[in-house]
Amino acid sequence: MKAPSPPRPVFLARHGYRSRRMMDLSRLLPVAGLFLFLLPLLHQADGPVSTPATLIYLFSAWFGLIVVAALLARRLARVDDESGTTEAGREGGP
Amino acid sequence: MGSNVLLIEDEPNIIEAIRFILARDGWHVQTHSEGTSALAAVLRARPDLLILDVMLPGRSGFDILRDIRACAEIAALPVLMLTAKGQSRDRAMAESLGVSRFMTKPFSNAEMLAAVRDLAAR
Amino acid sequence: MIPFDILVAVCVSYVALLFIIAFMAERRASAGRVGWLRSPLVYTLSLSVYCTAWTFYGAVGYAARSGLEFLTIYLGPTLVLVGWWWALRKLVRIGKTQRITSIADLISSRYGKSNALGVIVTLLAVVGTTPYIALQLQSVTLSFAVFVRAGTDGWALPDVNATALWVAAGLALFTVLFGTRNLDANERHHGVVTAIAVEAVVKLVALVAVGIFVVWGVADGPRDMAIRISESPLAGTDFAAGRWVGMTFLSAAAIFTLPRMFQVLVVENADERHLATASWAFPLYLFLMSLFVMPIAVIGLATQPAGANPDLFVLTVPLSLGQEGLATLAFLGGFSSATSMVIVAAIALSTMVSNHIVMPLWLNWQNTGASMSGDVRKLVLRARRISIAGVLVLGYAYFRLTGGSEALASIGLISFTGVAQALPALLGGIFWRGATRRGAGAGLLIGLAVWLYTLFLPSFGAGSVMSAGLLSDGPWGVAWLRPQALFGVDGVDPLLHAVFWSIALNSFAFIGVSLWGVPGPMERLQGAQFVNVFDHSSDAQGWMQGAAEAEDLLIMAQRILGGTEAQALFQRAAVAQGKTGYLPDTTPAFLERLERELAGSVGAATAHAMVGQIVGRSSISVEDLMAMADETAQMMEYSSQLEAKSAELERTARQLREANEKLTELSVQKDAFLSQISHELRTPMTSIRAFSEILMGGEDLRIEDRRWYSSIIHDEGIRLTRLLDDLLDLSVLENGQVSLNLQPANLRDLIDRAVAATTEPKGDGAITIHRDRAAENIELVTDTDRLCQVFINLIVNARKYCTADAPELRIDARRQGDGVLLDFVDNGSGIPKRSQAIIFEKFARLSDRNAAGGAGLGLAICREIMGRLGGSIAYLPGQGGAAFRVQLPLRPPETSAPAGSQGEAPAQLNHA
Repeated sequence: MKAPSPPRPVFLARHGYRSRRMMDLSRLLPVAGLFLFLLPLLHQADGPVSTPATLIYLFSAWFGLIVVAALLARRLARVDDESGTTEAGREGGP
Repeated sequence: MGSNVLLIEDEPNIIEAIRFILARDGWHVQTHSEGTSALAAVLRARPDLLILDVMLPGRSGFDILRDIRACAEIAALPVLMLTAKGQSRDRAMAESLGVSRFMTKPFSNAEMLAAVRDLAAR
Repeated sequence: MIPFDILVAVCVSYVALLFIIAFMAERRASAGRVGWLRSPLVYTLSLSVYCTAWTFYGAVGYAARSGLEFLTIYLGPTLVLVGWWWALRKLVRIGKTQRITSIADLISSRYGKSNALGVIVTLLAVVGTTPYIALQLQSVTLSFAVFVRAGTDGWALPDVNATALWVAAGLALFTVLFGTRNLDANERHHGVVTAIAVEAVVKLVALVAVGIFVVWGVADGPRDMAIRISESPLAGTDFAAGRWVGMTFLSAAAIFTLPRMFQVLVVENADERHLATASWAFPLYLFLMSLFVMPIAVIGLATQPAGANPDLFVLTVPLSLGQEGLATLAFLGGFSSATSMVIVAAIALSTMVSNHIVMPLWLNWQNTGASMSGDVRKLVLRARRISIAGVLVLGYAYFRLTGGSEALASIGLISFTGVAQALPALLGGIFWRGATRRGAGAGLLIGLAVWLYTLFLPSFGAGSVMSAGLLSDGPWGVAWLRPQALFGVDGVDPLLHAVFWSIALNSFAFIGVSLWGVPGPMERLQGAQFVNVFDHSSDAQGWMQGAAEAEDLLIMAQRILGGTEAQALFQRAAVAQGKTGYLPDTTPAFLERLERELAGSVGAATAHAMVGQIVGRSSISVEDLMAMADETAQMMEYSSQLEAKSAELERTARQLREANEKLTELSVQKDAFLSQISHELRTPMTSIRAFSEILMGGEDLRIEDRRWYSSIIHDEGIRLTRLLDDLLDLSVLENGQVSLNLQPANLRDLIDRAVAATTEPKGDGAITIHRDRAAENIELVTDTDRLCQVFINLIVNARKYCTADAPELRIDARRQGDGVLLDFVDNGSGIPKRSQAIIFEKFARLSDRNAAGGAGLGLAICREIMGRLGGSIAYLPGQGGAAFRVQLPLRPPETSAPAGSQGEAPAQLNHA
């Protein structure tokens, strides 16, 4: 039988707290993206929407998403390393 | 009143002693000193009285007694049983098997003689 | 215009370049210099197999036909990638810890290593991927045709089918060469991945180059481009909201379920951290790939003649504007897109087919068991190579069948919808522990059926596979079963209709059946390992400890992993267990490890079956599962406490019972002992008393009788005395109260003494004693009196009980190690076997022929003495007569043997 893991502290250190919020944000990112990508659907209540404008909007939203994802990925990769959750299955770094 | 006694006992000195005691009183004593052939010896000798030791080589006195009581021709034979293992359990065992008299070694000669006379008179 | 043969030459040299790149990468990897081969960049670029010819050519066509909707094909994957922390990270981790080889393997492994599911998913993948491969072949032939059509006259239109055939053959060759180099499907295919990364760069550069040419070469920069768009037929986009959402969902699902995406994303992943990079870099790649799609479409619509195939604008726009170099680059980009997709898809499918269809069939057919048969490696590799060829033949056949008439985009979407049927089972499997094998099977089958019925079969066109009547009126005229208007949902886009119904019914079946049923132990174990992959870094074990089959396992492992690797694996395991050699104990942990290694080559279900075939025992019990499942941990703890308590009670009760039995036994022994003592005492006393009374009577006894009777009394008196002596002796010995009088002596002298002591002055009952006096010349330290006592007893016994007419006793003495062996063998009839065991017990006289009046304690005393002296005495059967072997150390051990060492409770004599 697996040894019970030690109970988690109620208050995390500031660093741990931040990294947890990073994970939350990372989980929220696709939801935000979905929201942004569905937004143009609301604009067509009165007839077709302008293609160039929508195109620019979608690409801007898309690019923004990529930038946020890139920033988060850096932070999370570090968190993942430190939290030690990835000790299994590693085959060496790049 | 009969006068034939069969003694089944394996200790030579004890046989010697009992034979002397009974012969002196006018009994005719036959002896046998082995357990497995004891029943056959009884059927052959057809004694009026049987003196039977418990500890015998081959077959115990209790087993021989059980055989005798089960054998119609000699079922009524008076049996005097002797034992050196003075335990009450042995006495109870012998009585349950239908012994006529049970005596513990060592015995007095008079006691032995009285018992034989008593049993033969029945 | 580019002559056709130059185009072919460019194409061939490009392919040759890819071969060289792949070859170099393999060389580099095998030399151990993986370096950049496994960098996050290469990983990200390898993900671009998502962008096939459909994306390269078809997106522009899609945009030209439906406006902005083409973006959904990229937005879905973007959402999945930026949400990597949710699902992809878990998927990659599971793939690594469980050594997953394909999506079929993942689903099979998750649901209790069920091969049936593996087969379903494999079939789904094959059916779903075949049109896609056909699509790639079609795009390549179409692009060739563009050049030929546009080329100078005199060039005969090449045979489209022949082109497709050549392309298919070349792809098969490449895939076989670099995709089946090693058996371990879980290993990286460095050559393939590197080649694909290069192709990813080529297609991106090609598309961006065409885009730049269009925006800055044809139009006058972005501003002008925007104006051109707003003046084009695509100026206003009328969103079909359903399709927008549906396509986004479908393309997101494709990232998880496309066999080729699973291959590059999970199987070829070298490091989990690469996923973090890919989470933004791959969306960026998609972003760049789609950035110029709309401009190209708009320019294409403006410049190309009406009726031109918009799917080929990427080629025809630069070509018609005289940019032959650019057109060639675009051609190579499209070619790259097609080939990379086909290569990876073929590898992924061949792994599935060989692991889930060929191997199980072969295992089934090989009744003798995996360890007994030939080289499995060759078989699996051959199966994979044949599968690759088979997949390409299928794709080619589909291409011929449909005649390449369909628009590229629609074929792609049909494929997407097909493979998306694995999504509920996949996501349910990694997030929901309650998902069961039956649920997954039901969902997959229903999803597959609905997809075939509503989308795949109708896609061949009315009247080909499905009759026009069936499509318009439903089967047997049942309207609500119409393939494209199921349950009366009419007037919806057919694709959306199919996606909606197939995924919905699939999910309902999956969830419903899962909720209704109870998963088996193996399913629950695997489910917990998958769902809690981040908690279960230490593996829950699926095997029970069992007998040694290590050698069989090694034989089998060698056949699959190869000799060196298998031996190394076994040796490592043995060393880890603290053993030497190549055969570790087949502990559950080892079996688990081995199975996982094998799974990397042949898939979880097959590996499990092969190990199970050899180990031949139930792999997991409900108890193991209970121990592992954390939801039952609390209950377990409680019940284990109860169990411990009841075990303790049980133990106490058993101790009491044993003590009681011991006491009863002791009591019985005591009774028997007392009764024996009584008998031994009363018997001589009977004679003594009887003859004493006779003598006292003073009757007419002859003088010789008188003397005879007196001698009887005398002998019986001596017998009583000896009995009492023996009893006291035994009592002292058994209580360990005896102090040994150790002194050096010569064995020969001791035997001399014993023989002398037993020689009767009268001379009757004489026994001839044979000795080897030279052999007896052994110096030892012992209690000489006690040892003599043993010898005397044995000699007396031989004389007393030897039945031979001319009794003889042979005494053999010899050294053995640091001890002495002494055999006393007579020529009598010996002791019957059933009595041999009891002769050393007290009063174990075998017959009452005890002329000398022994009480039956002699051998019991001998045994006690020999125990004290650190030796032993035993009956030696099979020597003709009675034989006793005395074993004796040259010097007694420092501490005298503990009391009661001979198994007799000393208490017995205390009671006496």
